[in-house]
Formats: sequence, C-alpha cells, structure tokens
Amino acid sequence: MSKQTLEVGATIIISKPELNNLLKNLSDLDYELAGPQVKDHTVVLGPIESLAELPKGYTSQEEPGKYTLISTGKENYFDVTSGPQTWKKYFFPPRTQLMIFQQDPDKSPTWSMVSPVEELRRYALIGVRPCDLAGIQIQDKIFLADNNCDPIYRDRREGAFILAVNCTEPCGTCFCTSMGTGPKAEEGFDLALTEGKDHFLIEIGSEVGINILLDLDWKAADVKHQKAAEAALQAAREKINLNLPQPDNLETELLSNLEHPQWDDVAGRCLSCGSCTQVCPTCFCWDSTDKTLLPGDKIIRYRSWDSCFNPDYSYVSHGNTRPNTRSRYRQWLTHKFASWYEQYGSSGCVGCGRCITWCPGEINHLEEIAAIREGEPS
Amino acid sequence: MTVLTTSKPISDCTSDSMLPMWAEIVKIEQEAPRIKTYWMKFKDPIVQDTYSFQPGQFNLLTIPGYGEAAISISSHPRHTEAIGHTIRLAGNVTHAIDRLGVGGTLGVRGPYGSTWPLEKLKGLDIYIAAGGIGLPPLRPVIYHIMDNRADYGKVVLIYGARTPEDLQFTAEHDSWEKAGIELMICVDSCDDTWTGLVGVVPMLFYRLRIEPKNSALLTCGPEIMIHFAAYEAIARRVPRKRIFVSLEKNMKCGFGSCGRCQLGPYFVCKDGPIFNYKKIGPYLEVEDF
Repeated sequence: MSKQTLEVGATIIISKPELNNLLKNLSDLDYELAGPQVKDHTVVLGPIESLAELPKGYTSQEEPGKYTLISTGKENYFDVTSGPQTWKKYFFPPRTQLMIFQQDPDKSPTWSMVSPVEELRRYALIGVRPCDLAGIQIQDKIFLADNNCDPIYRDRREGAFILAVNCTEPCGTCFCTSMGTGPKAEEGFDLALTEGKDHFLIEIGSEVGINILLDLDWKAADVKHQKAAEAALQAAREKINLNLPQPDNLETELLSNLEHPQWDDVAGRCLSCGSCTQVCPTCFCWDSTDKTLLPGDKIIRYRSWDSCFNPDYSYVSHGNTRPNTRSRYRQWLTHKFASWYEQYGSSGCVGCGRCITWCPGEINHLEEIAAIREGEPS
Repeated sequence: MTVLTTSKPISDCTSDSMLPMWAEIVKIEQEAPRIKTYWMKFKDPIVQDTYSFQPGQFNLLTIPGYGEAAISISSHPRHTEAIGHTIRLAGNVTHAIDRLGVGGTLGVRGPYGSTWPLEKLKGLDIYIAAGGIGLPPLRPVIYHIMDNRADYGKVVLIYGARTPEDLQFTAEHDSWEKAGIELMICVDSCDDTWTGLVGVVPMLFYRLRIEPKNSALLTCGPEIMIHFAAYEAIARRVPRKRIFVSLEKNMKCGFGSCGRCQLGPYFVCKDGPIFNYKKIGPYLEVEDF
C-alpha cells in the first residue's frame, strides 16, 4: 500500500511496544495518563506511565452480582471490560470543593467567599471503551449544555485527551449493541485503537490525535489488518448475549406502567444501596454539604455524588417524597431508560452492564424492564 | 502556534452559578407560630438596585456551615427595596436564619424557577387555593392582582390553616378584601372563639359557583391539598390547562444540575416550581413518584 498521510479519519498500524512511545508523547505534553489496572481483584482506573501497568492478559467474567478477574493466557492489554469505576470521576469528581467561606476576624459575622484554587490537570484517558465513550458524551450533554454549563466539568473535560479502545472482549452483562454504543467507537475520540495479536490498529479522530502520532513508527493499515479488526468486532457483537429490544420505545412503555406489580416484586430484591448509580457512567446527581473547619472560621462547601436511592435525596420538610424502595427503584429505572429522552434527547443507558454486575441483589434490570413493558398500561 | 481541533465539544460557561450574594436581614415579622417573614437587602448596591423577580419564583438561601434552603419569595414583585421570604422553621437552615436576627448576614442566590402565568390569565376569574405555608408563594400573585385588578374577573382566595392562630398575613386580609379579592378562610380545628369556617381547603369548592370556561386555579400547599384542590376544580370542568400548581422538592442547585428535584422528565427547580396541571398532573397523580 502506498504511503499514507496522517489525517483525521485515516487508519494506521503500530507495533505493540510502540504504544509506549505514544504514551510518552502524551506525558511529554503534560497530560496525566489514566488507564485500567489490576487492583484488589478487579480493574480500576488510575494513573499509568506505560504499557506495563495495563491489565495485560486479564479479562473479566461478569454476571448479575458477580465479577471475576481471570487470566486469558493471551498477550492482550485491553481484554478487560468495564470494572466498577467509570471515567466520569475525572470530569465529574466524586467530591470536589464548590466554594470556601472565610470569616472576617474584624467584621464578624460577615463572610468572604473564596473560589477553591486547584491546579488544572489535563488527563489523557487511555483505553476508553465505546460504551464508556458514549457515557462521556451523555455527560457532555448534561454538564456542557449551552444554557446550563458546569465550570467544574468544563475545566476538566476541555483539555482531556481520549484514547478509545474498540471492544473485542465483551462480558456477560454487556449490551452495548442494544443501545447502539458499541463495540466500535464511532466518534468523540482523539484516537481509537483496535488491538490485534501483535499490533494496534489506530483510527485517527482529531488533529490533537495526529499530533501525538507524528514521530511514531507507523505504517498505513492494509486491507488484511482492517478486515481482521472488523472480524474481531463482528465476533464481539455475536458474543453479546443480553438484549434490550427497541430501547426507544421505553419512554412511553415505562412511563405508562408506573403502577405495574413488577415494581413491588423488584423492590423485594433491591437493597436500595445505590451501587447501580455509583458505577453508572451517566448518573449525574449530586449533593452539596458544608464542612466547618476548626476553630469555625472557615467552611468548605463540597459537591459530591449523590444517588436517588439515598433517603436524603428526596427529603423535604414534611418527609420523604419517595419513602420506600419501590419508589426509589422506579425513579432510577424510569429516569435512566425513559424520562432521559425528554431531558437530553437519548436514553440515559449506554449498555455497559455495570449496574447489573455490581448489584448485590443480583438484579438483571433488563429482565425487570421486560416484565414491566409487557404489562397492561396502568 | 496553531490551535488544533479536538474531539471535545466547546462550551463557554463563565459564571459560577453556585456563588451566593450577601444580604442583610433588615426586619423580621412573626406571621404565625414558627412562621416568620424575613426582609432582606443585598449588601452590594448594584445587586440591590437590579434584583428583580416574578411571582412564584424562589431563592436559595445560604448560611455557611448549615447549607442552603430553597424558599419562595413572598413580597411584592415591584417593591424590591427589601425582599421578603416567609419561612416556616423546619430544618437546620431555617433555624439558623432565625438565629441570625435583624442585622444578620445570609447568602442569597436566585431568583430561580417558573412563574405564575399572570399575563396569560387576564380576563379570567382567578381562584387561588392555598394551604398553610403554601400561601407565601401566592402572596406576590395577590399583590399583582391588586395592582391590576381590572385585568381579572372574580378573584377568590381559598385559604386554610391548621388553627386560627396559624393564619398568616391576617393584618393584610382587610386590604386584600377592599381591593376586590374575596376571602374564604377555613381552619382544621379551633375553639369556640372562631366564628369562621372549619374544614379543609378542597371542601370550600362546594361553596363556590365556578364558571369553568372563564376560570383558572392557582394552588400551593401540602401535596395532598394540591391534589384534591385540582380534583375539585376538574370536577367542576375547569380545564386542566388552566390549573397551575407550585411544587416542593428537595433541591441543591436551582438550575437543573443536581438532579434531586426531578418529577418524571421535569426538574422542579427550572421547569417548575409552577407547573401547568395538564403537563404535570399525570406524574403528580402517581403516589410517591
């Protein structure tokens, strides 16, 4: 094949060790690299410096309420599917300072306000699965809306670099194919990688992506490698067992079944623990709390992740407006799969399967949906 | 250096919408046991001069160390030399505001939320149904109607409280009546010194002669009262699209970010708190939704 130029939309090939140079290029440009790594018998997202930290040779077996990390015997770096963490922690931090109140010693009891000063960090996210990329794009719609933009998210998001990884090893709770989010990343990445046996196929998604590749040892992707990648993705599609048929119909099907007896049934199995919301790449609800520092003249107002399963979440002066598990589970499921459409123009679900894997009640939410949507409208 | 295009969407938000503005409490009026109106002026003269709100909107009041509470504005929408919030002492923040006293400083951000659609209701008979602490968000409506009385037909305030001493704004009731607003007041329980009506707000609809084609209902109060007030109006053929309710939900931000105040697809803080019943009724009628 003739020599190709690096341009957006082009596909190239590098050897596996060459990815280290790619990561080094990102470090040299002052990106902080974050990627998957094995920790505490699971895969978490944290700082990395090179390929060495990636979970090479691992994959995860997942089913409702179960997650097992296993060795594949292969040399692949990116065979692990989503772990309990999501990339949203980098843009929408689990806990962050909103403001600091400082009491003026001379003019008590008046307060002055200080905005928290934080060193702005530019993250390069290494190994973002297509489902999680879709999750980031959904949070972009929430936190970067023209009329309602969140400065904390914006500051972290705009400088970020995304290296997506197409998914050739889906797990037992994956259903990205139903939600139209995978297993191939279509847009929203700087570079998207498909892992082969001894090479990486890289699709270029942005000019920043090109900039990272300039001095690498690359060659144009030939038809053979592209076909092999497409075959691996097709095999991944066929490996996905879970199916959520016609998710776009759920907006009416769930909201017209708010008194379905299945809500009582699932409430008997749901622990109302909120795990599903904490592992979800799109859940965005937050709480704010004040922390008073001794001796009482400085107060920090924090913003932290919240959950619609938290009793405090819906508490008003006359009591809790969602006083039981049935009402909280119903809120979570109908928001994620139904009312999200009117709010943000899409489903709130990307099919990553985390809420199923990490549910201690072993609830497969797709089965609940199937039972509810087949009911008579209430 | 050339600017490289990236995969990221670009957004230009500049202001930090969570920062409160400081205000001083200039007067406190006891309205009823545990209910007081706190009048406040912004410390920044520019904010004080330019601050405006519409009937039905609310502010988030901040006391550092205690947090924030969403409170409706209960004062006259055109007389903004001091802003009034009528508050029932219920939680941490409201008690902390009370302890500040006159001269105390608190944070205010807002106004937030939708408004009672008073312009669209011109020419109609207006029924205002309020229960307990649901009256303060409707007081700006009463003031607006008093200022523009000729724009509206019959105006009736149906107002209920637990006991006679829980009735708010009693010193103003005469002036409201003189301005052409009919008052129907009831209490849940009383001793024999009370000569007025005893019962709950929705029951008073049986004493009304509503012309459904020309009437609108504005209601705020306990959720159960809103539910039955709307029910009685609908039973009298008032169209759902001319019933408006003001809702209370837990909220942290005021602009549709924190997610806490959701009801179906709506955020009560930005799509409400004032809702058209035709829109919100299907969700409001589902228990615990």
